[in-house]
Amino acid sequence: MQPTMDAEEVLPADPLAARLAHDLDGTFEALVIAHADLVYGLALRSTRDPAAAEDLAQDAFVRTYRALAGYPPERIRGLHLRPWLTRLTINLARNRARDRLARPAQAPLDEGHLGVADDAARPEEALLRRESAAAWQARLAALPRHYGLAVELRHVHGLSYAEMAEALQRPVNTVKVHVHRGLALLRVAYEKEIQP
Amino acid sequence: MNPLPTPDLMRTAAPSELAPTVLFRVGLADEYLTVESPVGPVFVARNGRGVSATAPAFQAEAADAFEAAFATRFRRPIRPARRFERTEVEALETALHEGRGRGVRFDLRATTAFGREVLDAALRIPRGEIRPYAWIAREIGHPAAVRAVGSALGRNPVPLLIPCHRVVRSDGHIGDYAWGSAVKRAVLATEGVVPAEVEREARAGSHYLGSDTTHIVCWPTCRHARQIQARHRVPFATIDEAVAAGYRPCRDCRP
Repeated sequence: MQPTMDAEEVLPADPLAARLAHDLDGTFEALVIAHADLVYGLALRSTRDPAAAEDLAQDAFVRTYRALAGYPPERIRGLHLRPWLTRLTINLARNRARDRLARPAQAPLDEGHLGVADDAARPEEALLRRESAAAWQARLAALPRHYGLAVELRHVHGLSYAEMAEALQRPVNTVKVHVHRGLALLRVAYEKEIQP
Repeated sequence: MNPLPTPDLMRTAAPSELAPTVLFRVGLADEYLTVESPVGPVFVARNGRGVSATAPAFQAEAADAFEAAFATRFRRPIRPARRFERTEVEALETALHEGRGRGVRFDLRATTAFGREVLDAALRIPRGEIRPYAWIAREIGHPAAVRAVGSALGRNPVPLLIPCHRVVRSDGHIGDYAWGSAVKRAVLATEGVVPAEVEREARAGSHYLGSDTTHIVCWPTCRHARQIQARHRVPFATIDEAVAAGYRPCRDCRP
């Protein structure tokens, strides 16, 4: 069932999709670069392991390419790339997780492996930033699954509520609620840490 | 105070190798290895679809020239391979020494359907044997397209792995080669074909060899022809002449 959307939230055509429809091989690199953080972030959220996340993100993009190569141009032109990639990655991650089910529990997310863009110009600030970034990433990773995913899509990767509704196949109001509850939980986690 | 972090504080950057690896896997970017061959080191370029190019690595500045030529010809980026399995190098080394792509996947997207048929026929020539361009033309059902066969072989993107060096001129001359005819002669010599001998026989008018015991006629380098004892060897200039003399063309080398 299609989620209901307000008129103002109808998704606009994606210019990158038009370029992909016209020249898949010439444009695919731009797609990967534009959405690498989104796909990798979702993969890391699912696997909690940087190496496994990189493999999963690779596989997601390879599937993306093969899917696009099989689509007629008009179908590619109409794609909403961020919701589509999000859904594809989440589904792939879910299938992989199902395959891993027999294995023992995953180790907790190792903060030392998280690569965060830092400003090398001022090392002290960069260190503070990195610590703070790692802390926020850990808090985000600790949220219940639906809430963490909703906050990540909205506030880390900047998806609109309409894009999230399409990606998650849920009504706009539901994803809004998940984002708000997720943010509230993040605040609580933060305040607990600074006021023990 | 609002404790909400800015997006980049929660964002985990994708590893820098993610995009190059994806492009490699789907065949939009290539990486190359340097592998030993019977005529010295060669570059072998490949991507997720298969081996896309080979080139001699034994000249000065070879790597720069190869990268530039590859980018121009295939319109894809190429770089030296970062990670590769030892087993892959060994498999390529074996294939280069056998002079055939058995077990090697090729990426021949830039080759026309006709060109692929030509290369496919070249792959069927056993090591140690040679065939003329006209033979390939006939094998692929285009007997008149001898010149087109020659130029398709000249555009073989993967010399040595697809053994276009085993295809020679119909007059018996060894002929041209993408890497120069000196390299062609050297490769054939490592496979047990002596180019000077082949040319001498051809000049003497001997293009086919028959056996007067079996009455079968072959290409002179066919493994069956090589087993004919000297006293039973009967040379022919044309296949019609052999047939008129009561000989049957060999079913393996199909002269």
